[in-house]
Amino acid sequence: MEQGTLLDEALGSLHLSGRVVLLEDCVETSAAFVLHHILKRSLSQPPHSSNVVVFVAFAHPFSHYDRILRRLGCNLVVQKDNNRFFFFDVLVDCPDGEEGKNSDGGLVALYGKIQKTISALPQENKNCITVMIDDISLMEVAAKGSTNLVLDFLHYCHTLVSEFGCSLVMLNHDDIYSDTVRPSLILQMEYLADILIRAEPLATGLASDVHGQLTVLNSGKERSRNKLSNFQFKVKENSVEYFYPGSRT
Amino acid sequence: MAEWVCRALRDGALEGEHAPALTIKDSIATPLGFDAFCHVLSQLSTNISAEKSQSRALVLVAFSRSPSYYVDLLKRRGLDISSSQQWIRILDCYTDPLGWRERLMECGSAKNLSYEASNVASTCRNVKDVDKLFSSVISLGKGLVGQGKVRFSVAIDSVNEMLRHASLSSVAGLLSNLRCCDQISSIFWFLHADLCEEKVTAVIEYMSSMVASIEPLIPFANRHRGNSENLSLVERNFTKGKFHVRCKRRNGRVRVMFEEIHIGQSGIDFTSPSSEDGLVNQVNQGLLPKVQFNLQLSEKERNDRAKVVLPFEHQGNGKPVEIYDGRKSLLDSKNEAAPVSTGNSKINDDSSKGEIIYFRDSDDEMPDSDEDPDDDLDI
Repeated sequence: MEQGTLLDEALGSLHLSGRVVLLEDCVETSAAFVLHHILKRSLSQPPHSSNVVVFVAFAHPFSHYDRILRRLGCNLVVQKDNNRFFFFDVLVDCPDGEEGKNSDGGLVALYGKIQKTISALPQENKNCITVMIDDISLMEVAAKGSTNLVLDFLHYCHTLVSEFGCSLVMLNHDDIYSDTVRPSLILQMEYLADILIRAEPLATGLASDVHGQLTVLNSGKERSRNKLSNFQFKVKENSVEYFYPGSRT
Repeated sequence: MAEWVCRALRDGALEGEHAPALTIKDSIATPLGFDAFCHVLSQLSTNISAEKSQSRALVLVAFSRSPSYYVDLLKRRGLDISSSQQWIRILDCYTDPLGWRERLMECGSAKNLSYEASNVASTCRNVKDVDKLFSSVISLGKGLVGQGKVRFSVAIDSVNEMLRHASLSSVAGLLSNLRCCDQISSIFWFLHADLCEEKVTAVIEYMSSMVASIEPLIPFANRHRGNSENLSLVERNFTKGKFHVRCKRRNGRVRVMFEEIHIGQSGIDFTSPSSEDGLVNQVNQGLLPKVQFNLQLSEKERNDRAKVVLPFEHQGNGKPVEIYDGRKSLLDSKNEAAPVSTGNSKINDDSSKGEIIYFRDSDDEMPDSDEDPDDDLDI
């Protein structure tokens, strides 16, 4: 794994257990690469053999993540076969017909699947579980626009965090809520999050060798260890470069 | 101040009056409200377990944290819950607020999950039913103190969650019923003010006798915390804030106090407004633009100005002040003016100097108006 990148430093060296991580991005600057990074990190961090990732996909199919993670040096198919990577493709699993039956957009059933998966894990694998949700805004679509339902779902995921000490990583788009008078969903998620990672374009406009900036607000379990970092990044073919503003020649 | 608030909750209600109620609120800029809530909770718990307060028991309605979280919290403050079951009960609205788990369990797709705090907690599986919630709180409290004159306290850790599941009127009804209940000694709750509309916050605040709001030391306008100019400010606001307390006395007087709240390694600290804050104020004052002129007149200057005789009103020289008010006919004024002008012509010739005769129009601006006379010009 990429030891010592600024992102890893900002996230802390330990497993994110018991923490809620929120990624916020916008149209100009996608934070998907951070999601990939955390996915790879969660699977490859020591102790390797017991890490488990439950991935709830709304935005992309398995093949998409498989291709990207392969480039980063992580084989999802193998992990899946070893029961260390569980992939729920919501768009495939919940076709419209089935969804129509429930008023909850299938979210209760989805939560049931996640809970069942986690509680069925052998005891030694229950220590380092990461639940990842790739796009909350699309979950809102699945819930037919009901913010409350999404928040209920997230609440239930949060109960898993406090019960099993797993970590919850979720991605949402900041700018789609910019019009709302009271941006309730994104704000509620910010309150829920222990670590907030925000991807933004540079304030100074487009640049060829800097793709954007990341702000990581890591509110430690002990509050005094709050850490705020801000750095820029460049997304390359197989990796991402992180650097402090002005530190690159 | 925080101490004062805790004392007020400890002292409880007077006979025949509503229980004192405390709202703790914060916003995303300084999300320290939950820490303040935990502080008040543990202070009150300490008092209750030491039997120093009016109330003899505590019912905690847990929406946003699991019961085991609170058990650990109180354990860290040196209060052992397991041995003292008789003074605290937790109504668990966190683990399964909507009955999803129960439903899944019935379908056989999930197992029942046990948790360590089960000896002090009882689960509520439908938080939408506010009446049920009310009766559970009351029955838990009465279970601890029994029927009679002994009172208990109630703590609610998230009003936002309640508001998400039930209407404002029913939540307000619940809070107000709890306050009226003659077995309740004091009650406090926590909410994120920016998650609900202003009117909702106002309704909740009206129902409390004390409001503690946590505000940033230096407010900034931009909601975006990631704004790089604000980074240090944001970092500061995450550990420090202003603890504003507004309390309504029984006689209707409102008292406002504030101190500084600081979250450090050792926990939460309340300090009186520090010199550092004074420094901030100084900085703020220093930010006022420095100008080379005075914006206000001194007493002497004001007197001098009053003495100036304006050129077009011949005050004090015996002549009546004539003001044209538009009602006199043109002819009249001509007839009147003609003899004057003929009489004066001689003098005018003699002194060989001009005279402007000006009749102030009644519609004119006051002579010393600050307004720009040309601001309605359209060029």
